[in-house]
Amino acid sequence: MLILLGVAVVVAGFAVGLNPLLVVTVSAFVTGLAAHMTPLQVLAAFGKAFNDNRQVSVVFLLYPMVGVLERAGLQERARAVIGWMRGVSLGRLLLGYMALRQITAALGLMSIAGPAQTVRPLLAPMAEGAAEARLGVLDDKTRQSIRAQAAAAENVAVFFGEDIFVALGSVLLMVGILASSGIVIEPLHLSLWAIPSAIAAFVIHGARVLLFERRLRK
Amino acid sequence: MIGLGFVFDLMGLMFAAFAALSLGDRANPKRMGNTAFWGLLALSFLFGQRLGDIGNGVLVLALAGIAGCGGLGRGKPETTSSIERRLLSQQFGERLFVPALLMPVALLVGLFVLKPVMLHGTPLIDPKQATLVCLGLAALIAVIVAVILLRQPLIAPFQEGRRLIDTVGWAVMLPQMLAALGAVFALAGVGKVVGELMGGWLPEGSRLAAVCVYGLGMAGFTMMMGNAFAAFPVMTAAVALPVLVKRFGGDPAVVCSIGMLCGFCGTLMTPLAANFNLVPVRLLELEDRHAVIKAQIPTAILMLMVNIGLIYVFAFR
Repeated sequence: MLILLGVAVVVAGFAVGLNPLLVVTVSAFVTGLAAHMTPLQVLAAFGKAFNDNRQVSVVFLLYPMVGVLERAGLQERARAVIGWMRGVSLGRLLLGYMALRQITAALGLMSIAGPAQTVRPLLAPMAEGAAEARLGVLDDKTRQSIRAQAAAAENVAVFFGEDIFVALGSVLLMVGILASSGIVIEPLHLSLWAIPSAIAAFVIHGARVLLFERRLRK
Repeated sequence: MIGLGFVFDLMGLMFAAFAALSLGDRANPKRMGNTAFWGLLALSFLFGQRLGDIGNGVLVLALAGIAGCGGLGRGKPETTSSIERRLLSQQFGERLFVPALLMPVALLVGLFVLKPVMLHGTPLIDPKQATLVCLGLAALIAVIVAVILLRQPLIAPFQEGRRLIDTVGWAVMLPQMLAALGAVFALAGVGKVVGELMGGWLPEGSRLAAVCVYGLGMAGFTMMMGNAFAAFPVMTAAVALPVLVKRFGGDPAVVCSIGMLCGFCGTLMTPLAANFNLVPVRLLELEDRHAVIKAQIPTAILMLMVNIGLIYVFAFR
């Protein structure tokens, strides 16, 4: 039970609003010490795990490209282009993006788009532009809520699209865990059962996006 | 063979440039903190393999220390004004989209054309890390094309990259730190303890209750760990296999596949899933730290109910 102290540290630390990097580090030490490791062993284990997980951060390599495009006016262009397309409302834009993103994720193309690649430079300014084309100038609070909706559309679409792809990490993890318990399952079988939830996610989140748009109009 | 080492070298050089440019940024009162933070990351990506476990541990402590003391400021790299950007956007027109679209195309070409290429019997690209290697190559190609096509100064990728990375700040390292924390949790056996606790709560005989415990447990445990992959082995061993599959005869493919998606509902609701819920908040410059999570919570709760219903209906046909 004492081992769960580390989890409590994380929950409490995030709730109080301490710096998360500090919270995570303290939690690692509390957990390790509760499991009867020496401080030096915890330090080594944490350092090794940090180094072994460097691939998690590879996506930041895209920042220079995104920044250069912004410097040359990409966000302004994205906003202007969507303003000309009168037929593309905020709701249709986000629904279209979600559909595209669920399909690309289902094909295993996770890193083709993302918060840095597409949401900040393209989707968010387009969403603001689409709303402005119909509602006129927006206040800052409304702009922020539109940008948050753009980020949410990306996350929901990816989460409920990716498991349809057979060779994805989480599907292979399931196959491995089941195999270790003596249950042999084809990855394809697991992938197929992700489809009903994918459709439900598109319908549910799509409906919420349309409701959000209707609320903005009022 | 081009492997992850090449990608890490690229990242190390990028962070080294951020550190050097931060040092000269007099507009940032905390420039020493930025220099140290990005400099340590350069060290980690260039030489992490040679630092040893303790060395890497000290490096992580230093990163957390700088961030925890509020040592990171926001640099003010030289960039274009919003009026200049409007003019540039008219001048360049649709050409601006070329590098942004080239990146995914280059990634696809890498995965489908370069990945199968063999040179003297060894693959050109490390097949196990093909996606990340191709992502790194695609990012490099796209930024070079952007600089040439849009006639940007050669320093622009570094200054603009620094502008974005300073916007995100310490949150840049949170996903990797949380992954490392997950490894320490696994080493200490946190999952086993939680699994035993959850197993103890299971009511006898009720199939619906057992499905609910599994679905809610996946979501809740994922929220605590920030990652469904950490919750899945624990909850599956504690609830799904012994109860849903063995006792009630559920189809393991349905139970596990949709059970994982219950975990993803938890991911949508937790600040610990930093790369999905916190990094975008910084990138989009939202004032409310939880703005993205708040936009996702109703969807997550509804989807959790749908997923639990789907398991109940389809697993026991």
